[in-house]
Amino acid sequence: MLKFIIPLILFIVLAVFLAMGLKLNPRDIPSPFINKPAPSFSAPKLNTPTEKLSTQDLKGQVWLFNVWASWCVSCREEHPILNQLAKQKAVVIVGLNYKDEPADAKKWLDTLGNPYNVSIMDQDGRIGINFGVYGVPETFVIDKKGVIRDKYTGPVTIELWQQTILPLITKLQAESA
Amino acid sequence: MAANHTAAHHKITGRKRVKSLILIFLLLLSPLANAVDAYQFSNPEQEATYNTLVSELRCLVCQNQTIGDSNAELAADLRRQVHEMLQQGKSKDEILQFMTERYGDFVLYNPPFKAKTGLLWLGPVTFLIIGVVTVLLFVRRKKTIVPVNTEGDVEKLAAVRRLLTDKNSEN
Repeated sequence: MLKFIIPLILFIVLAVFLAMGLKLNPRDIPSPFINKPAPSFSAPKLNTPTEKLSTQDLKGQVWLFNVWASWCVSCREEHPILNQLAKQKAVVIVGLNYKDEPADAKKWLDTLGNPYNVSIMDQDGRIGINFGVYGVPETFVIDKKGVIRDKYTGPVTIELWQQTILPLITKLQAESA
Repeated sequence: MAANHTAAHHKITGRKRVKSLILIFLLLLSPLANAVDAYQFSNPEQEATYNTLVSELRCLVCQNQTIGDSNAELAADLRRQVHEMLQQGKSKDEILQFMTERYGDFVLYNPPFKAKTGLLWLGPVTFLIIGVVTVLLFVRRKKTIVPVNTEGDVEKLAAVRRLLTDKNSEN
């Protein structure tokens, strides 16, 4: 009897582990940034390249930092949702135009709508590296003190916004600066 | 005439064969071709550190490649970052720390031994031990189950012998 039970148990254990492995998303790399201060930057704005935006300018408010590019296919999927969020005016949305041509980026915003309060340019991807960006789109939630509180890889969905991001933002906005 | 013709034909196919062999050999070398950037280094040690680093850092977009192997844009950017930091006089550990602060332990092909990575490090060893123990148990059991000649066997053997000798004597 034992002869059958032991291999059966081993098989079940192995099957459970493999099943769990199937459900994991290898692209979902936990960010080491959560609860750490956002890396500082000072970068030219997409629409007015002579002006710069720095992390200091954003202190005292909760903001979303959304990494996007006109060459990014998933960003196109995400864009209408960002437009909706912008209409709700629940939070400041800062865009990081990652490794993009400014002309393409502007055209993208002109045709698809501009959900960003401001977008900054990161043509050589250095700000991206500082934020540990490896796939576009990525979205960071940053609190009033400039600390990264959460990070999402891949397009923001309505469910993600309603169930996770919005409650977090509401909580963060209640915190003192 | 016909003979000449076939000889010429052979010559051409022979040349073609040599050419295709050369092509095959060159193609066999292609896995050696890594992503190459024309980076200048201050000294050979720095270049060696660069080469170790790019073969120890994972390209996060193409997850089963190192940043040294990958042609992805992110990999190129990370190589540039490594090169710049080396030029600034940063040590290997400082660069690895810079990368893990941003991308987590996942960026390292040699993840550090931690509670979280314990299974990763000990898993294979555990399985090896389980395997060895199982094999040993089986081998030992096999030894103890050497067939024992019982009396029944002896009797049967005798019966067979008798039958055989009877048949022989009949002839």
